[in-house]
Amino acid sequence: MAETGKAKTITIISGKGGTGKTSVTAAFASLAAPVVVADCDVDAANLHLLLSPEVEKSVDFYAMPIARINQDLCVGCGLCNDLCRYDAIVIQDDNYSVDPLACEACLVCKEHCPEQAIYTVERQAGYWFLSQARTGPMVHASLGIAQENSGKLVTEVRKAAADVAEEEKLDLVLVDGPPGIGCAVMASLTGADLVIAVTEATQSGLKDLIRVNDLCNHFKIPIHIIVNKCDLNPEVTQTVRKWAQEAKAPIIGEIPYDTDFTKAMIEAKTIVEYKSSRIGDELKNIWNTVLETMKSIA
Amino acid sequence: MHIAIASGKGGTGKTTVAVALARVMGSCVLVDCDVEAPNAHLFLNPDVQNTQDAYVMIPEVDDGKCTGCGECSRVCQFNALAVLGKSVLVFNELCHGCGGCVLACEPKAITEGGRLIGTMQWGKAGNLDFYDAKLRIGEPMSPPLIKALKRQAECLEAKNTILDCPPGTTCPMVEAVGGADYCILVTEPTPFGLHDLNMAYQAVQQMDIPAGVILNRAGMGDDCIQEYCKANGIPILLEIPHSREIAEGYAAGKDILSSMPSLEDGFKKVINTISEGLNNG
Repeated sequence: MAETGKAKTITIISGKGGTGKTSVTAAFASLAAPVVVADCDVDAANLHLLLSPEVEKSVDFYAMPIARINQDLCVGCGLCNDLCRYDAIVIQDDNYSVDPLACEACLVCKEHCPEQAIYTVERQAGYWFLSQARTGPMVHASLGIAQENSGKLVTEVRKAAADVAEEEKLDLVLVDGPPGIGCAVMASLTGADLVIAVTEATQSGLKDLIRVNDLCNHFKIPIHIIVNKCDLNPEVTQTVRKWAQEAKAPIIGEIPYDTDFTKAMIEAKTIVEYKSSRIGDELKNIWNTVLETMKSIA
Repeated sequence: MHIAIASGKGGTGKTTVAVALARVMGSCVLVDCDVEAPNAHLFLNPDVQNTQDAYVMIPEVDDGKCTGCGECSRVCQFNALAVLGKSVLVFNELCHGCGGCVLACEPKAITEGGRLIGTMQWGKAGNLDFYDAKLRIGEPMSPPLIKALKRQAECLEAKNTILDCPPGTTCPMVEAVGGADYCILVTEPTPFGLHDLNMAYQAVQQMDIPAGVILNRAGMGDDCIQEYCKANGIPILLEIPHSREIAEGYAAGKDILSSMPSLEDGFKKVINTISEGLNNG
């Protein structure tokens, strides 16, 4: 890795869920140790199940404060309900209240309530953790159930990971990103030097890969591809190869369908720690390619 | 009867289950609410008859009328408006379309324009009514598109509806599952599957929606899901065996009933169990 002082960031994403993103991230973490890892899939964080981190610091995460109605002051005029665009005002037996799941925290209702009956409540929506895993420092998070602002929490996790890299003088951060192409994915892409998209050789995998590639192009971040379960359908794999060549998104590895990923997961091991596995060897080769690529990214 | 198919984690087989259930129900509405990665159409090849763009409202400021008072920026909770001197900067991507700035602007300098968030489409797949939508690349907020899609699909509200939902347990999932009569949680027998099932189950409990589990790839991992469901009193509606044949079929865009027709009875039973439960509950 280049000694530029500032850590480089590799973000692993997938478009579609369940393609093996977390298993690949964990394998890379084993091979790159000591390295900083950040689990930015805060909606469904799984990396800790493989890396068994010990929590050293836990920080509260606050989502935007939402509205609540003081029943003693409310006269039931209904203006809040007229103004709310999120259908978040619940009316039951002439009693007005706010549905916390629907409230977007815009506070239009509070601003315009003639009785000043609406106030805000802080919401402790989750935590993020600074931990020590066997691969080095790890930043991960736990978002409360049915909470929003996952993009904001992702940003906090990412920043904390960059800080710990600087403090501990580590030159690489591995980010396990969320699926999809929305808010949380965009937040996890910020600052990435290289994106590795893990896809599977299926019709849906290819379609979601194309959307993820569009997203990376939109943000001008180079993208490399790993095709998982490449032998499930040789025809689709061939289509992925052809598409990748045209899209100038190099395929840096192809991994056959193998239940070793699952077996390693059940033992809470990364695939390169799990006895001798042919896909473990394959991932070592892929990691070497990644290292070569990183040298060329200034 | 509106049935949502959710999972917490991605890749567990939500779309597989949604398509199979829609098939065995026959005439019903399938809404693919996973607008970030919509895939149900790959297995149904619908005949798309309509497409429609979806927008959210964003403020448009008339500089001629603006006095630079800063009220719009003060009321905006999302930092989507900034006042510099006498001109207002609008950061469209941060706007949640609440309309607060329009109400706050005394000189009435702010009107509402639209920001394209995605495109919806609908049509027929055999006797199914099919709906899906694609989030525009670079658009951070999917819940408004999911809401618009569900609203569009509800013009056929008399029929049964299957909602294929996005992964996770945050706002997109809550938006998609909201209002369903029943939620099927699809999972797989691994530590990842168990962890995310637990999150998803807590989410639907919080939404007060009855739920059951379909265990996909049964036999691939361990017995953690059966144990969890037993301990929490969650019905396991169906176990789909782990099979390379199904995986190969999926890769080629074949739905599960074509790869393994023997599962049809199982899916029919799932529908009956749910509808009986809802009628008695």
